Amino acid sequence: MRKRTLTWPWIAVALLGAVSLAQVALLRGETVNAAWLLGAAVCIYLLAYRFYSAWIAARVLCVDATRATPAERLDNGRDFVPTHRWVVFGHHFAAIAGPGPLIGPTLAAQFGYLPGTLWILVGGVLGGAVQDMVTLFLSTRRDGRSLGQMARDELGDVGGAAASIGTVLIMLILIAVLGLVVVNAMKHSPWATSTVAATIPIALLIGLYLRYLRPGRVLEGTAIGLVLLGLAVFGGGWVATHPGLAAFFDRDALPLAVAVIVYGFAAAVLPVWLLLAPRDYLSTFVKLGTVLLLACCIAVLRPEIQMPAVTRFVDGSGPIFGGTLFPFVFITIACGAISGFHSLIASGTTPKLISSEADIRLVGYGSMLLESLVAILALIAATVLDPGVYFAINSPAGVVGTDLAQAVQTITGWGFPVNAAQLQGLAEQMGESTLLSRTGGAPSLAVGMASLFSAAFGGGLLALWYHFAIMFEAVFILTTLDAGTRVGRFMLQDLLGNLVPALGRTSWYPSVLLCSALVVSGWGYFLYVGVIDPNGGVNILWPLFGISNQMLASIALAVGTGALVRAGKARLAWVTGLPLAWLAVITTWAAAEKLLSEDPRVGFLAAARDLGDRLASGSLSPEKAAVAPQLIFNQQLDAVLTVLFVGLLWTVIVAMLLAMRRHLSGRDGRASREAPYVRSRLSGVGVGR
Amino acid sequence: MSGVPTDPGIDGGSAAARLRALIATVRALTGDDAYERYLSRHRAQHPELPALSPSDFYASEIERRYSGVVRCC
Repeated sequence: MRKRTLTWPWIAVALLGAVSLAQVALLRGETVNAAWLLGAAVCIYLLAYRFYSAWIAARVLCVDATRATPAERLDNGRDFVPTHRWVVFGHHFAAIAGPGPLIGPTLAAQFGYLPGTLWILVGGVLGGAVQDMVTLFLSTRRDGRSLGQMARDELGDVGGAAASIGTVLIMLILIAVLGLVVVNAMKHSPWATSTVAATIPIALLIGLYLRYLRPGRVLEGTAIGLVLLGLAVFGGGWVATHPGLAAFFDRDALPLAVAVIVYGFAAAVLPVWLLLAPRDYLSTFVKLGTVLLLACCIAVLRPEIQMPAVTRFVDGSGPIFGGTLFPFVFITIACGAISGFHSLIASGTTPKLISSEADIRLVGYGSMLLESLVAILALIAATVLDPGVYFAINSPAGVVGTDLAQAVQTITGWGFPVNAAQLQGLAEQMGESTLLSRTGGAPSLAVGMASLFSAAFGGGLLALWYHFAIMFEAVFILTTLDAGTRVGRFMLQDLLGNLVPALGRTSWYPSVLLCSALVVSGWGYFLYVGVIDPNGGVNILWPLFGISNQMLASIALAVGTGALVRAGKARLAWVTGLPLAWLAVITTWAAAEKLLSEDPRVGFLAAARDLGDRLASGSLSPEKAAVAPQLIFNQQLDAVLTVLFVGLLWTVIVAMLLAMRRHLSGRDGRASREAPYVRSRLSGVGVGR
Repeated sequence: MSGVPTDPGIDGGSAAARLRALIATVRALTGDDAYERYLSRHRAQHPELPALSPSDFYASEIERRYSGVVRCC
């Protein structure tokens, strides 16, 4: 059944990839076309998928298509269901691809387009996709056991506990930073705020439709919802011109943050079918459609990259976040290169749907490559902007000030010429009062996307495209926010259930309210501090999120490495061991800088000291002095969290090394949790795949 | 109920069959076919028990689906 592999198309792909990469990496003194970047990425993904992932599947994991998967053996028609590989691929990709790969590359573009591109490509192919595939394989072989359970099995109780604690913490930080991104996109923008607000009643309406009017007709309901979302974008434009309504929706960051917090609580305690699920359907469709549109626009327009390959900010003086290229580009871009969070999906719903082990390669490795491509698209959208404009949008007010004339002077002084008229004109075209210091990555991505969409559709309608892009980002950021709050609540209920059994009952309403409130106040705190921070907060929270996400990836890779060694494949364990070693180095290095650096823009403790000194000497303005004690406390708290993350990371690594030594010296008393071999009876499995 | 769901139709067949297979794949992706699958399974395995209504099934199915980590960063 198997066709003989044709060699020459792969040689052509390799050549095209090499030429594209040479253009991207070596061309100096003139601009590079985005097509080369896209071409290099696609060729590398194709080669990696065809050869590296095939080799891992065959030689390292030894996937066995004749072996019955848990979906087949435990088929219950609900969570365990043997499912066609493209359907599983769709579910898995929709689950892993969130806002992360859009935001990280946008922020990391301050180093130039080259460092981010290389890390996304190399990290994705050798790290992220391997992590996702190996985790999916291990969980499939273990009846769909979760990462935490597998960490306990492979690395012992300490490793398991570290994985569980790490998961809860990363969830809180992730939600806070995403909330902050949405708030920054809505700040003083009546159009954006009213459009995002309108998505809530739209989701409620679709929720009622799918529950009572046409139960379960998701396609219909979503189609109606998409039309309504389009109207909401239009309607937002009208709101922005209506004096009374515009004033109502024109809000400071703080009230918007409070609104997001209240929304997060409501979404966590309301029935899922009413708000969370319909919003998720809408966001998934909007996300897939918009990313596809962006890819098509870039492929058709082939814009020139305006950002230099490498900027001066590799020295650590970057305005968007402080810190040198190494290690911070690897922390800033987590999702898109390697994201620990994926291991929760790869050991959650997906392994229970896999109908054949032969599908693990497509679902695990393949969908990560697609997410990596999304990151490349976001990087292109950020770097086709005029660099001066990019820095004006993304630099916090604490760095460039709030005065437009002074800000453009500062940015021009960095070597990225921009003038006030250009920036003001752009803001007017986008239907905004200002674009200066709209930190968080979402507005600059929206400006980049709006320029591309508008150019691809014959120009014009920039404001509409801009707010469509903002709506697109906000809709699925809010989905991650409410789904994450709900999962956090379950984790907390599980945890507290050990102490007070009643609290562990997930449907007991007092427990639901209490635990939801606790989770929401956890991320709400970080969101609040981010909002009152004159430096924008993203520069603090995003690195913290990156460190925690890489820490979780390290846990997943440690579980994988440990399992490979225990399966007698120590010689091949470098497949996960090398990415693990790299992550351990960069995460520890970045954490050490965040703790010990004397530069207040990098080190948490240095920042706390610096602010304390300025507060004591009375050199702060009254409003800054009022929030200074909270900011100082927060920097210290962030330092404690960083220590905790690094502690968890090394706890897991040591647990893995000890487990390996026990195994290699023949003292490994624990049996493998792998389910015994049962021959698959599914038709079509094992042939011609 | 055993057997992998239909192929999305990339492997051949008439145009109409391919379209039907594509629609089936899209409905499987969105979960539009969940109730039908539940019903046929329920009738095969517990014919004596009453089945859930579409609305009740939808609510319980959604509750189950959103009880774990479903969305990432």
